[in-house]
Amino acid sequence: MRNLDPVRTHEDSVLDLQGVAVHLGGRAVLHGIDLSLRPGEFVGVIGPNGAGKTTLLKIILGLLRPDEGTVQVAGRDVRAARSLVGYVPQSFAPDPDLPLRARDLVALGLDGARWGFSLGGARRRAKVEEALSWVDALHYADQPVGRLSGGELQRLLVAQALISDPRIVLLDEPLANLDLRSQGDVVALVGRVAHVRGVTVVLVTHDMNPLLSVMDRILYLARGQAALGTVDEVVRGDVLTQLYGHHVDVVRVHGRILVVGGADAESLTCGTCDG
Amino acid sequence: MGLWQTLFPSGLFTASFMQNAWLAGTAVAALSALVGFFVVLRGATFVAHAVPRASFAGAAGAVLAGGDTVLGLAIFSALSALGMAALGTRRDQGQTTALVLMAALGLGSLFLALGGAYAPEVYALLFGQIVGIGRMDVYAILGLLLLALAATALLYRPLLWSSVAPDVAEAKGVPRRRMEILFLLLVALAATAAVPIVGALLSFSLMVGPAAAAAYFGRSPGQALGIAVLIGILSIWLSLVFAYDTGLPVGFFVAAVTAVFYGLGRLWAHLWQIERGRGQVPV
Ligand SMILES: Nc1ncnc2c1ncn2[C@@H]1O[C@H](COP(=O)(O)OP(=O)(O)OP(=O)(O)O)[C@@H](O)[C@H]1O
Ligand SMILES: [Mg+2]
Repeated sequence: MRNLDPVRTHEDSVLDLQGVAVHLGGRAVLHGIDLSLRPGEFVGVIGPNGAGKTTLLKIILGLLRPDEGTVQVAGRDVRAARSLVGYVPQSFAPDPDLPLRARDLVALGLDGARWGFSLGGARRRAKVEEALSWVDALHYADQPVGRLSGGELQRLLVAQALISDPRIVLLDEPLANLDLRSQGDVVALVGRVAHVRGVTVVLVTHDMNPLLSVMDRILYLARGQAALGTVDEVVRGDVLTQLYGHHVDVVRVHGRILVVGGADAESLTCGTCDG
Repeated sequence: MGLWQTLFPSGLFTASFMQNAWLAGTAVAALSALVGFFVVLRGATFVAHAVPRASFAGAAGAVLAGGDTVLGLAIFSALSALGMAALGTRRDQGQTTALVLMAALGLGSLFLALGGAYAPEVYALLFGQIVGIGRMDVYAILGLLLLALAATALLYRPLLWSSVAPDVAEAKGVPRRRMEILFLLLVALAATAAVPIVGALLSFSLMVGPAAAAAYFGRSPGQALGIAVLIGILSIWLSLVFAYDTGLPVGFFVAAVTAVFYGLGRLWAHLWQIERGRGQVPV
């Protein structure tokens, strides 16, 4: 792995991966992953399909044990630090008739893992209202979740992840299926989460362009390996060529970045295209 | 006065077999609706259809072995639920559920054939016999209801979260597989209580009907759960009255009444949407 950032593991890092390797189905899905993320940092995770992006998130969530290496959240083992990690899943499509309001979904993020049922209470209500207001969802707080638009749902999922006061929030392709305007809204919201609330954000996406204005560093995954650094450090022909293992060009047009693979462009992630 | 007497003849409430029927029916309806609420949330209606039917094979086996039919029911509903949990992932649950159901029905027909041509206890379990139950059965059913109440009270939030948003719940420490198994065991519990009363063929309607209707009336999970239990109890009460008055099987009325409630739920949701739509400006 090429870690282009000089900052190595140090005291104030919230997430540390060292020498992480994962084998699935007899194949190394990730190997030699080292990374260390700071509080309030916004990191975009980019890579072609099957590069191991979701696998990386599963490791950070403690749902998958790496075969090699260590993973620490705020200096603790991931399983002990579960409450410090918020999660926005890759897909969430509730049934239109599900008897669940926006506020019920967000409330589950607060205490859904606890035994028994909640007796309500003013403090719980206030916390839910507060979380809804962060994501500007108060005006649809009482709507059934199954009838919300993709962007509205995405904001709720962010509120659900934030309500338990995590140090890190992981988002798996939150921009898929959103139009450009909703993409912009979600990116701006998540940017505020990182830079105003000081929560470290790890956001997986296929298109880096919507993130260019907010992203602090980019984690580029390909062939189970990673390159971490600023966009200018990582999204360069020579770096990506080494990562992919064959020639890659990086083209900048009108402030957008396009990654093109020389011989077999088909097999590469296209920096500006969807999906 | 005349109509009142026809609808509610005195024996409806005073006959001791009817008193047992009221108690057992109410408990079974509440239990079925409680479990049915999670069935509907998880979109697992096929499981609710399959477990009671699979459990029927246990009763046939019990007759063959000379054992207690309800014990046979309990064992087979639990085994079929665990079988579905062991084989299935949630995506292909339909296939594995069908597989377990077919295996159980095959065994059931074998047991029936080996046990002799006529086994009245077994046929009673197909269609239920709410007027034939004794005081001990009532206590057993109340016990099952209490068990289910305690379990859902304890599991309510994690089971709810795992049902509506399994990925997030799992990421936050609610184990998906374990919740799936506990849910299936709750379905087995409800089936064990419901099959002797409303029968293996129609206990599905008592489990899914009220909860599906309630999903239209209730807006929050708590509301929907409460309404499901109310509709379930009301359905069994109406069915008992109609069955007593007409002498027709109670299972028929349970199926009909819950279907009517479901229709009302859809109508309500439809009207409510029209009402809300009025205030909105088309974009
Ligand atoms: N349980 C598993 N068993 C075997 N292989 C697996 C398993 N889970 C994932 N893989 C493989 O690991 C690789 C990485 O998968 P992962 O889901 O992390 O990719 P991704 O980068 O998230 O892709 P996408 O962009 O399509 O979401 C893929 O090649 C996939 O086939
Ligand atoms: Mg993925």
